[in-house]
Formats: sequence, C-alpha cells, structure tokens
Amino acid sequence: MSRSRTDRWLLVGLRASGAVTGAVVLLVIAFLLIESWPASRHVGLSRWITDPSWYPTSSAADGRFNLVPMLWGTLAAAGIAVALATPLALLSAVFCRFYAPPTIARFYRRMIQLLAGIPSVVYGLWGLTALVPLIQHFRPPGTSLLAGAAVLTLMILPTIALLADAALANVPGDHLRAAAAAGLSRPGTIRGVVFPAARAGIFTGILLGTGRAIGETMAVLMVCGNIVQTPTSLFDPIRTLTANIALEMAYAMGDHRSALFVSGLALMAIVIALVAMADRIGRGYAYA
Amino acid sequence: MSKPWAAFIVVLSFALVGAGCSESSAEAGATHRIVITGSSTLAPMIAEIAKRFERDHDGVRIDVQAGGSTRGITDVRSGLADIGMVSRQLGAEERAALHSHPIAIDGICLITHRDNPVAAPTHDQIIAIYSGRVTNWQSLGAPPRPITVVNKAQGRSTLEVFLKHFALRSDQIQASVIIGGNQQAIKTVAGNPGAIGYVSVGSAQYAAEQGTPIKLLPMGGVPASVRAVAEGDYPLSRTLIVVTAHPSTGWTERLIDYAQSPRVHDLISEHYFVPITD
Amino acid sequence: MHDQAISWHAAWPAPRLSARRNPDRFIAITAWLGAIAVTTVFFWIVVDLIRLGGAQLTPAFITNAPTSAGRAGGIGSVLVSTALILGVCLAVSAPLGIATAILLAEFTREGNRYCTAIRRSLDTLAGVPSIVFGLFGYAFFCVYLRMGFSILSGGLTLACMVLPILTRTAEQGLRSVPDEYRYAAAAVGMTRTQTLRQLLLPAAMPGLVAGVVLGVGRALAETAALLYTSGYADRMPSSLADSGRSLSIHIYDLAMNVPGGEPNAYATALVLVGLLIAINATAVWLGERWTHRKLSTA
Repeated sequence: MSRSRTDRWLLVGLRASGAVTGAVVLLVIAFLLIESWPASRHVGLSRWITDPSWYPTSSAADGRFNLVPMLWGTLAAAGIAVALATPLALLSAVFCRFYAPPTIARFYRRMIQLLAGIPSVVYGLWGLTALVPLIQHFRPPGTSLLAGAAVLTLMILPTIALLADAALANVPGDHLRAAAAAGLSRPGTIRGVVFPAARAGIFTGILLGTGRAIGETMAVLMVCGNIVQTPTSLFDPIRTLTANIALEMAYAMGDHRSALFVSGLALMAIVIALVAMADRIGRGYAYA
Repeated sequence: MSKPWAAFIVVLSFALVGAGCSESSAEAGATHRIVITGSSTLAPMIAEIAKRFERDHDGVRIDVQAGGSTRGITDVRSGLADIGMVSRQLGAEERAALHSHPIAIDGICLITHRDNPVAAPTHDQIIAIYSGRVTNWQSLGAPPRPITVVNKAQGRSTLEVFLKHFALRSDQIQASVIIGGNQQAIKTVAGNPGAIGYVSVGSAQYAAEQGTPIKLLPMGGVPASVRAVAEGDYPLSRTLIVVTAHPSTGWTERLIDYAQSPRVHDLISEHYFVPITD
Repeated sequence: MHDQAISWHAAWPAPRLSARRNPDRFIAITAWLGAIAVTTVFFWIVVDLIRLGGAQLTPAFITNAPTSAGRAGGIGSVLVSTALILGVCLAVSAPLGIATAILLAEFTREGNRYCTAIRRSLDTLAGVPSIVFGLFGYAFFCVYLRMGFSILSGGLTLACMVLPILTRTAEQGLRSVPDEYRYAAAAVGMTRTQTLRQLLLPAAMPGLVAGVVLGVGRALAETAALLYTSGYADRMPSSLADSGRSLSIHIYDLAMNVPGGEPNAYATALVLVGLLIAINATAVWLGERWTHRKLSTA
C-alpha cells in the first residue's frame, strides 16, 4: 500500500504519543522502586512483619516498621465492605431487572449512577459528620472500623451493582423465554439460569469493588481514627495502608519516607492483581 | 471539517494557550516567590505576617503551607521551601545544617470538651490517661464516660514536646484517635465530650474565644493562658522558630527581619503567641 | 448502563403454583427491602448535603475568596485553581490519549506486539490507587523535576491518572465507526490522514468527547493524588507554578482541620457534586448519541 508523506509523519507522531502513554506506567513503577529502595535495603524483608510496632523514624535502625496491623486494618475494612455491599448490590441488580416496575427500575438505576459519581471526599465528609457522631453516641470515639467499612460499602455498592446489572442485562432473552417455557419459576430462573450466565460479569464487579475499597484513601482517612492497631472489634479505630501514606507523607523523612513508598508499592501490587483478575474474567465473559 | 470537531480543536487550543500563557506570565512577571512550609502551629500566624509583608512590599508573593515542623525542615533542606516553620527544638545535626530565627514563644496545654467537669487533672493522672491505665472519666470523679485519648501523629513536634515533659515514650501511649495538626485536635475534642488532647496554648485560647466548645486545663497548677506563657510561669513552653538553609539574603532576609520586628507584634498577639522582646 | 426496552416481567405472566410462589415472594420482598435501604441512605446523604450546605450556597459564595481558613467567605480562588488544574490535566492527557487511541484503533492490527504492550500498560495504570499517584507525583514532578507544590505538578499527576479511561473510551469511540467508512475512503483514494481527519474523527467525535468528559469527572473528584502535589494554598493563583487548592482538597481541609468548617465544607461539596452530575450527564448524553449513530449507520 502506498502511503503519502503526511501519512508517514502522522504515524510517527501517533507512535510517539503511544510510546509516551505506555511509558507512564513504567515511570510510575520506576519512581516507586527508586524511592522505596533505601527502606527495603535498611529495613530488610522480615522486619515489615516482625517488628513490634509501627514507630517509623528517619533512620531504619531506631525505628520500628511493622506494617501488618495496617494491612489487617485495610483488609478488615475492605472485607466487611465487600461482604455487605455484594448482597445489597446483587439484590439491587435483581430488583432492577426482575422485580421493579420499569419506571421504578429506571429511577433506581439513575440513583445508583448518581451514588457512583459522588467523590470519595464527600463520602468522607458525610461519614465524619453523620455516621461518626452516631457511632460515638453508642461507643466512643466513633471514628472506627465500623465507620470506615460503612462508608466503603456505600462507595463500592454502585460499582458492583452497575456491573451486575449490566451482566444481567446481557443474559440472552432466549435463555429466559426457554426457562419460562420449561415452567421454571422466577427465583428458579434467576438462580439456575441468569446467575450462572452472568457469573463472570458479577465477579468482575466484585473484584473491581474490592480493588476500589483497598485503594480508597480519603474516606477512610477521615472516618477511621487512624490508630495503628490490629482491630479486635468493629468499634476499634484503625489505620489503613492508604491512610498511613496520606497521614505521614507530610513530614516523613529518610527511611520513614521511603517506607511509605514501600507500602505504596505493596498496595499497588494488590490492587493491580485484583484488576488484572477482573479483566481476565471480564474478557472471558465478553467473548463467551 | 465538521462542526463538533472544529469546536473540539478550539476548546483544546484554548486549554493549551491558557496553560502556555499563565506559564509565560510566571516567567515574565517580576514577582519574587517565597515558599514557606512547616509547623501547623506557626502557619496561620506566618500567613498573616506574609500578607502584611506583601501589602507593604511590591513584587513579592509568599506561599505558606502547613505540614508539620519536620516537613518544614525537610523542605528547606531539599530546596522545596525557602523558609521552614519549626515549633520544636532542633536536633544537634539540624542545628549544624540550618540557620534558625526565633519568632515567638508558645505553650502547650491539655484540652477537654467544655462540658467535661474535670477541672485540673494532676501530672500523674495525665500520665495514667495517656498510658491507658485510666480509661474512664469516672476514675477522676466525673460522671462515667469513656476517655477518648487524642494523640498527635508520629513526627509532630507538639507530640515530641509533650512526651518530653511527661517523660513518656511514644510506644507507651494508648491513643483512641490520631490527628495531624492543632486545628484537627481542637476540632476532634470539640466534637467529643469524652475527649482529651493537647495543643498549642495559642491555638486553643484562640479557638475557645471564637466559641469552640473546649476547655484549657491548667498545667502544674498554672492556668493555661498566653499571659502565663508570657510571664514565664507556664511549665510547658517552647520557642517557635523559622529556619533557612543558607544565611538568608534578599527577600528572605527582609521577610525574616520583618517577622522579628515589633511591626508584627500585634499579629503575634492576635494569634495568642508571645512576641520575643529583648 | 442498558435501559432495556423489553420488560422481562412479561416472561412470567401467569401466577405461579402456590408451592413455588413462596420463594418468589421471599426474593421479591428482600429485593424491595434492599432497594429501599439503599434509597434511604441515598436520600439521607442528599438531604444532608442540601440541608447543611444549601444555606451557604449563594452567588457570593461562588465568587468570593475564602477567609478565616475557609470558615467564612467563598470558594472563588478554589474554583479558579480547580479549573487550572483540570486545564493542565486535559492539555496533556487529551492529545496524548486521543493520539494513542487512534494508534490503537486505526493503525495497528489485533495482536500487534507494540500495541499489546501499550494496552497492557494502560490496564495496569488504571489499577493504580490514587494515593500512589500522589506519591509518584510528589517524587517525580514536585521533587525530581523541581516543580514544587504547584498547579502544574497537580495537573500533570492527574493527567497520568486519567490517561487510561480517556484512551479507552476514545478507542471504543473510534472502533464504533463502521468499516464501510474506511473502505469507501480507500476506494476514492483518500490518504489515511485525510480519512482520519475528514471521516473517522468527526464520526467518532461523541466517543472522543465522552472520553475527555469522563477524564474530567475522574480528575475533578480526586483528592488523594493532589494532597502532596498541588498543595493547600487557598489563595488566588497567579501562575501555574503557584500552589492551588482544588475543590476536593478544600472540602477535606474544612472537614478535618477547621473547627466550624462544616457548613462551608457541605456547600463546597454541593458545588462539586453538582459539577460532577452535570459532567456525568454530558457523558451519558454523548454516549447515547453515539449509540444512536452506531445503530442508524449499521
């Protein structure tokens, strides 16, 4: 195929842009690695889990660098949020597709879309001024795992609900008509036909929701109380890995600063693994 | 070329030109920029001083950002900031590397919610509360209510001064809430009737007089007030300083001289700190 | 989101056998209860936003500068900083993202290795948590490139963050243009540059704009990535090298650090949510237009 000169230049320009776009992620990873190098060298590998506590200082020798309580904090908040949001989100999707009258379904769907569009700092503000005083009334101090998990639930519910709803919508109408013709009841159809067909889409939603819950910073920073401890009750204040970075980055120096980059790198690895998993399942689903 | 495409190009080029313009204006404008970061205790007062300095002098723009004393020191050393605000004593190594300039004196006091009936916990009671041995106000003769211990984040200078005074170690403290700056501590205590926290006397007195529902507890029998700090009776006080990486010159020197001069004493007093007069 | 025209209620017109009605009724009741619970919380949030922020929301609030640490005054300078941050973000991410989308959609075959690499790296970038972008932006733009806490640093950090969503949406927009366009252009001997400029880009415009709009929405909602890149200063910025506070950071600061800051935090939140709703509505509207076009030409 013969190409004009402008075509060649265009292609060069596009290739260059593509290269820059592709390089961004390498740049991000490179800088995280460079910045986390001093701490990984000075603190070693085992101290992140064996140190008695988290009292970072600018030189690794005097500080203590146990990230495990914050990892538990992150996992507890995200875990509870996913456990609460998933059933609610699936109910929402089933409600929209099978039980709600069309007008209500449309209204409900728009509302979920709106919820998905509320920024995390606004959820944090609301959690801090509405939920925390409420919890504080029963069990001070109020800033707690419970508050964090509740806010996260609200934040990931729309993600899971919208993806599940889309997955249910993509179940071929023939399946449903066949199920009805075979005399299957509505719940029987949902359980036996619709959910299996929409499984991949639903899992994608749950994984993306989990990723969002683990990576979320502002809302948990505002409502969790930020005490470094392994939570033993719902009313315990906790600090998540993300909140730790946001809280301490302001004045961290030396190995302490570098340690925050290490936790950033760890977070990134977890979330990317989840997103990659979601992507794989989602793609298989799209081609199935 | 179709209409939406043209419109898109126009919008995009506006964005680009806009970005370009403001960039070139930054270079073309003769304004000198001074960046100040550091202690959240000092930041509001320094911001006011900076505003007055800008008003009195043309061609200078001052950005003040709070982030903690250590941040101020880090930023000055890395060159991100011209001046660092510091509300604790400098370490030996920091003293050798930086130039410090005293600005004002401040005390640190404990605060509780205004409705808390406990008037004056003793030195030992405060240690007991902060180390988790006492967890309910009932033990101090008040109606039963769990104590919410508000502590500062690791690396904050108020925390260091506080720990030193009460001879506590960081890992002994059993906190229920960790906060960053003074304002956040005041806000947390004001919103929780069972809370106790410690902040700059200046910030606390300012907030209390603005109507924030907090109460300043006396320290060692001396009521916490700016006057007690000024008279030197108050047991827990510190000098607020600003630091520079090099002997200050030009605008930076003029600004620091200005901040140390009597021309800003009214601003210092307005923020409930004590001007240095000698 | 698919608003399907077919109602599936029609699939079960007749009443079920009584033995089978119970599970159906059980699910129906649970689904309604779940939906009511979610709706209740939604209205709780919305009512709080309007109740606590509505009173402050006056024209003066939009234009005035914040005073007394944001407790009083308005959000004028904050809005300007936000717009500048978004401007920087778009000026960099839109050309890059759209050019990459063109490359991926028009100039490479499926399975091309270069292309797969770009796609994979975009997917990875999409998964990076925003606070990690903040760490990167601080280390790279603020410290390494010596931009300091500035609107420039913040905008560039956000540009990295929105690249994946922008590129992906734009690529889908281009792919939705029917191949007939390309064959016809080739048949009349147009060069690929001409085809792109005169046919494909205009046809894919709603998709491209939707990508940009989604990117703006994401950037506008972001806080964590800006905390340590664009900084906190709430003054009117005089250049892109100044620190500037975005709407989201203003809300965070008022809520966390300013005693008595809640009313203005809520008013600012109301402004931010309003802007985001407008932006999302635009994206949905563009998406619908684009689907219509796709259907009508297919």
